[in-house]
Parts: sequence; structure tokens; C-alpha cells
Amino acid sequence: MKMNGARILLECLKREGVDTIFGYPGGTVINLYDELFSFKEIRHILPRHEQAGVHAADGYARATGKVGVAIATSGPGATNTITGIATAYMDSIPMVIVTGQVPTALIGNDAFQEADIIGITRPCTKHNFLVKDVKELPTIMKKAFYIARTGRPGPVLVDLPKDVQMAQAEFHYPETVEIRGYKPNLEGHPKQVEKAVTMITQAKRPVIYVGGGVILGNAAAELTAFAKRLAIPVTTTLMGLGAFPENDPQSLGLLGMHGTYYANMAVSNCDVLIAIGARFDDRVTGKIASFAPHAKIVHVDVDPTSIKKNVRVDLPIVGDVRDVLAKMLKAAEQVCPDAKVCQDAIAPWTAEIEGWKAKHPMSYKQSTTTIKPQYVIQRLRALSDPDAIVATDVGQHQMWTAQFFGFTTPRTLLSSGGLGTMGYGLPAAMGAQAAFPERQVMVVCGDGGFQMNLQELATIVQNRLNVKIVILNNNFLGMVRQWQELFFDKRYSSTCMELPIDFIKLAEAFGATGLQATKVDEVDEVIKKGFATNGPVLMEFKVAREEKVLPMVPAGASLTEMVLAS
Amino acid sequence: MKHTIAVLVENEFGVLSRVVGLFSGRGFNIDSLTVAPTNDEALSRITLVTRGDEQIIEQITKQLNKLIDVIKVIDFEPENAIEREMVLVKVSAEDQSRAEVLRIADIFRAKVIDVTPKSYTLEATGAPAKVSAMVELLRPLGLKELVSTGPVVIGRGAKGWKG
Ligand SMILES: Cc1ncc(C[n+]2csc(CCOP(=O)(O)OP(=O)(O)O)c2C)c(N)n1
Ligand SMILES: [Mg+2]
Repeated sequence: MKMNGARILLECLKREGVDTIFGYPGGTVINLYDELFSFKEIRHILPRHEQAGVHAADGYARATGKVGVAIATSGPGATNTITGIATAYMDSIPMVIVTGQVPTALIGNDAFQEADIIGITRPCTKHNFLVKDVKELPTIMKKAFYIARTGRPGPVLVDLPKDVQMAQAEFHYPETVEIRGYKPNLEGHPKQVEKAVTMITQAKRPVIYVGGGVILGNAAAELTAFAKRLAIPVTTTLMGLGAFPENDPQSLGLLGMHGTYYANMAVSNCDVLIAIGARFDDRVTGKIASFAPHAKIVHVDVDPTSIKKNVRVDLPIVGDVRDVLAKMLKAAEQVCPDAKVCQDAIAPWTAEIEGWKAKHPMSYKQSTTTIKPQYVIQRLRALSDPDAIVATDVGQHQMWTAQFFGFTTPRTLLSSGGLGTMGYGLPAAMGAQAAFPERQVMVVCGDGGFQMNLQELATIVQNRLNVKIVILNNNFLGMVRQWQELFFDKRYSSTCMELPIDFIKLAEAFGATGLQATKVDEVDEVIKKGFATNGPVLMEFKVAREEKVLPMVPAGASLTEMVLAS
Repeated sequence: MKHTIAVLVENEFGVLSRVVGLFSGRGFNIDSLTVAPTNDEALSRITLVTRGDEQIIEQITKQLNKLIDVIKVIDFEPENAIEREMVLVKVSAEDQSRAEVLRIADIFRAKVIDVTPKSYTLEATGAPAKVSAMVELLRPLGLKELVSTGPVVIGRGAKGWKG
């Protein structure tokens, strides 16, 4: 059947199993929106800013594991998506972003609302396409989804000129695509796996270091089985939280700049470090020369460029983490038929780690007069559903959430790790809630970052997205203030948000419920009421203003040089 | 260490800027770069000369391979490859030096492609080391202009190298 390019695009989305998209109309996508008007199989959500639309698609993708889809018009609509795309790119989130473009005949003429979005997004997408002929559209869409979700996932942008949306063509959706320059290597080399397991089972002080790749690769179950079999302690990055249950005694929690004392000590003293789906980010390693100084490093990753990028690796395994972990478990069962023997072999190491845990557990000083932000996070965990989804913004509140919430399930933490994008949390929560209307979805924000995308309150209320918004209000750009306190003699240059905002009235202005806690004994009450209230609720907690996120490894220092909570 | 790397890419618009953007975005060096279509019209071949230690060169080849439009990357080992480049040089050639320029051109089998009473323009092809040796001999005579293709490289032996 013949149809226009706009309709073909929607048919392609349907074939890819897309049920929800986030988009904002404009001149060069008006034809697409006209088709959408009568296309009932896809739910379209209108954010109030294209950046938020992309973050919402990103939150949707992180929570579901499916490809998130966002639409924007050409020019300003397209440039507004950049922060969202770069955020997804840094965290390897599968997404397809469709932008309108001026008609092909006008491209390059500085036409009204023309931006070279292909050029602009080249360094922050996994790949991008300009569609010049409607006949190519189905193949390009098939490729876009294939590239976005396979190998190391990432955002793919498709730029669709207005005349291509209007042109007619027969619609055939290809079953498969063949891209000769793109062949992700998925199966870990069996010999390498064998060698790795030998090295690991001979280790006296092994540690597993887990990154976001384990979540993206849906390998949490395989990871847990492998780690439990050999009783190896597990530490995760921010992106890896949820891949291994934090309530398990083998869990060391977070490592790196704001990691636990015992995770950083374990990594600094281990003899074999098993990095899985992680990329040795500088926030994780601290001073690279003294990172895991005594360890042989095994590195499993689907992306060959991650391996040996910034640290030496003794045993690289390129492959899908799930496949490799399953093979590693099998090999471990062979090398170590009696699990107890292997577990006992590292008992002294486990005991040493227990000693570190006892010496400096994660802690903070509770107060009876002011609300401690860490306390709010602990109460949120205690009073929410076990499968609740938590989005965060970026700043101190993000680190406290990572440190104190206690994640046990993959895809329950949505947080901008690589780019560290303030303004991410609220729209990401919105996207997750659209994907899972029945689950509890909350976002923990700072007072600063919340204001970067607060217009999305309108989207949330309009679409009855039952998002619970938690604001840890310290009336500071807290994380920057902390650095100024520690490294700039408390010169709080432009970090005090002098204007007090009435967040309750703000919530009400959008038609949401607003609640506030100013005293410690109001915390539980507000949380309970917030979760019990039907519909979107903003819960503001006036927290201790100058609380610091600790432990902290100063930027560029070794992981052992932690500033600890007193 | 200098490396000459050949990259076979889809002959599509924007591919060159992906390759170049990778180098500038990640702070890798490019000493020279040439690009042209191959005998297969759907493919172009880029030859680039870059520098770096072993780890950097490994990253460069991996990053190039990661680009969707890149089909193959070969980091040629000098002993298994033949490198050639062409230069066009305009040298001042007045009374005393006219003969000297021609003598040098002759030694390096360069061709004279343009003559004026004040200059010769030469065309020389060869291994990069040979070509630069000629240029260095001409330099003191008054080099007015120099343009080079940068090296291209092909493997030794009977085996051809396609997609
Ligand atoms: C878009 C953007 N701009 C600036 C920053 C730098 N930055 C990181 S954390 C932070 C402070 C965030 O303040 P707030 O949202 O109130 O959270 P808090 O740290 O107080 O919990 C800033 C400005 C950033 N990460 N993102
Ligand atoms: Mg704040």
C-alpha cells in the first residue's frame, strides 16, 4: 500500500514494538503530527520542552530496557534535544530520536529553522542518518533501532526532511538488516573465559567491580549467580547499582569518589579485579596510577574501545556480559566442583573486608532538630514498594540516594552518571511512570536541578502520571557548595539560591499536591501521605543546609585518601 | 611512533567528518590524510598518518572500527607495505641555481612540470623518506611552494584488500 513518509515512520515504530513516544510539534514535523492525530496504536506524550522529551524517552528506556523514542521539530526543537541525547550517549541508553528537517531542496541554504543537526549530534550519537529519499526510510528506521539496541547501546538520530514526510511510497518493512561495518562481537572467547576463571579462582583477594553494562546487558542474574558461587565481594558504580542486591552480605556498595570505605579499601588491596560492563571512569578510579595497584585486571565489556582505554588490562574479554558471565559460571563450576572449597580459600580476605565494614560503616550524624537528607532517603526506602523506581537528579541528593537507598533490583535507579545532567530526574521519572503506570515511581531532586525542568509538572499532571517528587531542599547548589567548602575556603560563589520558593504553591499551580516537612518527626508522615495520595505529589523536605556527602575522595587523589564521615 | 593506517569506509556523505571528528574529539594526531573512491564505487579508502604510543594507536584503530560506516581498518607494518607520496615543489631557479635544481630533480627522478625564467616546478613521487630527502636538498635553493598528497599505502604480495 502507498502511504506518505510520515505514515511510514509511524508504521516503522509500530513494527519495532514502540508503544509510547515523547515529542513536540513544529513546522517541519507538522505532517508527522497530522498522521499521528489518527494513529491510535502509539501513545504520544507532549512534554513542555524537547530536552525533557528526550530525558523522558531515556527514563522509559532505562526502566524497560526497550528503545526510547523522542520527536522534535527542526532548528530550535532539534538543538533543544542535545543535552538529552548527550546524556543518553554517555550512559549508553538505547534511543531513537527523530527530528524534522527543512525540505531537502533548502538544506544548506540557512532556511528558516534549519540546523545541521546531523553535524551537531555526530559526536554524541552512536550513529545518525539523514533521510533523503522516502524509499530509504523503512531500511533506515530498521537500522536505527538495530544500532540503538545492539552491541553497546546508544542513541541514534534520524533527521527527516519535511518533503520526505510528504512523499508517497510503498511500505515494506525489512525483516532484517545487514550493515557491513557494524558487527558487534557478542560471544566471549571461550579460551579467554577459561583463563579468566583460572585467574579468579586462584586469587586470594578477588573483587568484582560492576558497571552499568550489567544492567544494560540484562545480566544481573548471571552476575549474582557467579559472584555467589565463588563468594566474591561485589562493588558497583553508580550506573551498576541494582545489578547486585545491596542487602547481600557480599555487597560492598558504591565505589569511587563517594564510595564506601570498604569498597575503596577492597579495590585498593585486591589481587584480582574483575571489571564487568564498566569503563574505569575517573570518578570511579581516582588517581589512575594508584588504582587497584596490586591487582591483575580482568575486563569484560561488549565495547572493545572500553578495554585498555585508561587502565592496563591483563585479561580482556570482549563480548556480551550476559553470555560471558554465563560461561564464567559454567567454567567456575568445573574448576571448583565443590563451591565451599573456593569460598573457604578467600575466607581471610572476606574477614578483612568485614573488618573494614565494621571500622567505617556508611553513616551520618542523626539530628533531632534538622532533617538529615540521608535520613529522608532511608525512610523513602523503608516506606516504598520493593520494586519502586527511583529517578534522581544530579548533585548531593543523587549521591545520598546512591549511598543510602539500598538498591536490590536492576532498572530501579535512573540517574545521569556519565554526563551528570541537572534537570534529568523529573522527566526521566515521567518516562518511567508512562512505561509502568502500576508501579511506584519517585524522583529525588535538589532544589536547584528541579528548577531546570520544573515545567514538566504540567506534562505529569496532564497525563495523570503518578510521579512522586521528592525535593531535598538545602537552598544551595549543594554539591558545588561542598567543593567550595572543602577546596575554596567556603567562598560560596553563586551557589546560594537566595530566593526561597514556595514549592507547595508551585505544585498547586500545576494541579499537583504539595507537601512539606520541616521537622524530623514530619518526615514519615509526609512520605506516607505522599505515597497514599492518588496522582502526582511534590514532597519538599527542608534539610540540613550544609551537610556533606561523605566519604569523599578529592578529585585526582587515590581511592585510599578518603575524607570520612566523623 | 608514526603509523600509516588505511581505513575502508562506505562512500557516503559525512563519513570523512565522522573520521576527522573522532580524531579532533579525542585529541588524536593526524599528520596527513588522503581519501578517494576505490575500485568498488560504494567504498572510499582513507589513508592517514598518525602518531602515538602503542596504547593510543590501539585506541585509534578500535575507535575507527567502532564507527558504523567504517568497514575495515589496517594499521600497516612498514615491512609488509609499500608507501608512496607525491609532491609538487616550486623552487626558485635563477642563473646560478638553475642547473643545480635540474641535477637534484634528475637524481630523484622528478619531472619538471612548469618552467619560468625564475623558477622550476617539479613533480616527484616515491617513498616518503625519498621525497622529503629531495625537498631538503631543494630547500636552501629557495622553496617557493610545496604541496604533498600525503602517503598512500598498499600491502605487499598477491593478496588484494577489499571490503
Ligand atoms: C546542567 C548542569 N549544570 C551544572 C551542573 C553542575 N552541578 C553539579 S551538582 C550541582 C548542584 C545541584 O544543586 P541541587 O540541584 O540543589 O542539588 P544538591 O547538590 O543541593 O543536592 C551543580 C550546579 C550540572 N551537573 N548540570
Ligand atoms: Mg540543593
